[in-house]
Amino acid sequence: MNTATIVLAAAGGALLGIAAGYWLPPHGRLAARDRPRPVRRILLPFTGQEISRRAFEAAVRLAKAENATIMPAFLAQVPMSLPLESALPVQCARGMPLLEAIEQRVSSQGIPVESRVGRGRSARDALRRLIDQEHFDRIIVSADEDPRVGLSYEDLRWLLKRVPAEILILRPAPEDTRRISAGAVSGHF
Amino acid sequence: MTAQADRSIPPEAAAQSAPRRGHLKVFLGMAAGVGKTYFMLLEGHAEQEAGRDVVIGLLETHGREETALVAEGLPLLPRRRVRYRETALEEMDLPAILRRAPELCLIDELAHTNAPGTEHTKRYEDVEEVLAAGIDVLSTLNVQHLESLNDQITELSGVRVRETIPDAILGRADEVELIDVTPHALLDRLRAGKVYPPERVDAALNNFFRVENLSALREVALHQVAREVGAKRMTTELVGSRAESLAADAPQAVSERLLALVEPDPGAQRVVRRAWRSAQRLGAELDLLWVRRPGQQLSDDDQRSLLALTQLASVLGAKLLAEESDDLAGAIVEVAKRRGTTYILMGHPRPVRGLARLRVPLPQRLLQRLPGVDVRIVADRARRPEADES
Repeated sequence: MNTATIVLAAAGGALLGIAAGYWLPPHGRLAARDRPRPVRRILLPFTGQEISRRAFEAAVRLAKAENATIMPAFLAQVPMSLPLESALPVQCARGMPLLEAIEQRVSSQGIPVESRVGRGRSARDALRRLIDQEHFDRIIVSADEDPRVGLSYEDLRWLLKRVPAEILILRPAPEDTRRISAGAVSGHF
Repeated sequence: MTAQADRSIPPEAAAQSAPRRGHLKVFLGMAAGVGKTYFMLLEGHAEQEAGRDVVIGLLETHGREETALVAEGLPLLPRRRVRYRETALEEMDLPAILRRAPELCLIDELAHTNAPGTEHTKRYEDVEEVLAAGIDVLSTLNVQHLESLNDQITELSGVRVRETIPDAILGRADEVELIDVTPHALLDRLRAGKVYPPERVDAALNNFFRVENLSALREVALHQVAREVGAKRMTTELVGSRAESLAADAPQAVSERLLALVEPDPGAQRVVRRAWRSAQRLGAELDLLWVRRPGQQLSDDDQRSLLALTQLASVLGAKLLAEESDDLAGAIVEVAKRRGTTYILMGHPRPVRGLARLRVPLPQRLLQRLPGVDVRIVADRARRPEADES
């Protein structure tokens, strides 16, 4: 093999490398359009500073099984004395760290996640507005004996009656003391 | 004194003969019952013992024995009666205070609204007149009465406070002292009947006086005092320096404005949340900027993400700006200059391919073109292995 052949082969290799660098996505990942597309959307609404770990784990299991996107949603409640479009910094100071914690945990398991914020005069109203805007295939909520923590039994009844999605209600259980809270946020938030 | 005589006084002499403005100190608290009036009265006693002429212009004990006891020994000016719609109301007697002209006057509840028929609508206007007469004033205020915090406190407590005062009044105070107690200590005081009479305690505990409310109010009050201290420190440092003319703008000089770069993409929410938290800590305004390519079509997913982003911006109180441009860096620079941005936050820049790898990355281009503006790349913490542990 003479020098000219070696030079030509090297030049060809370099060109191929440049072409590959241009056309292939970096780091060997699949291009977004080639990734399997999630087909289902699982809504995981919450109102307070923590959610039941069972509800979270149920959402993760289902999302893995169904190739679904988990959509954690913080339901903010606007007092009647404020316009509905008001900013709610105090509630957001409670809800945003938890939204962050859930998002981190979901995406670290390789599950697509899209967060949402719903706003209404009550938790139910916020949820209704959110559901009116977007389609969800499944909604996961945990029944809590303390209505201040989450949705009340009345809200759950309304959910079952009115919402055209599969509703998974987790009954209260002793292990409900295991919760995911804003403290689970990784790093400085 | 005639107008002729007035004209004959040189301005410097007139300035010297005019009474100095009184010194205003405000005792600020997170809620009723923290002890603002109590500490105001203690300071009144200390001033009296130091030989100053001190009077109480107005005192609201709300039936609290401790407060009434500590007021003993300080001269109290009687209230005057004002008739309004066949009702006799008692108000602070401003003319009597001005006639009495003490060195120091204690005037409780700065945010109070006066009955019609008095000199001013609001008590802080009375206080302004007392200060203008050269009388020092001690006064009290709850943080929820500040105009700029009114919506925030309403959101927190569900109760809109009608009696508000402009923030500038507190800004003009020479001293602001925070009377701080822990929420639990305040609740103990409430249960012991030291704040409200026994028949009102249960209602108070079930409504406004909840630990989470009080904790958030305390945080607001602490932030407010920190802001006041910061603004005053800047003003003090600037006075007498070459930048003296900037002193009036000193509070603005410490303010920050954040700009978060977003796209209709689920990951943008993470950037917005982090930017909002930083804005909260800095007491800064937050803008969100989406630079859209001309003619860019949005998929259904993009549209949903954009709607979610709009809602998030609205609930956080951030402003979402959309600019159409082919030149991403140019559009960001233009908006940052226009909005007075001091801090830019962005997600990880997308990996680039081919010859685009030879270009200077966006953060560096922004740093070059926006000197003095910080650029922060928000990490995706879900990628860290410890993210799953808690």
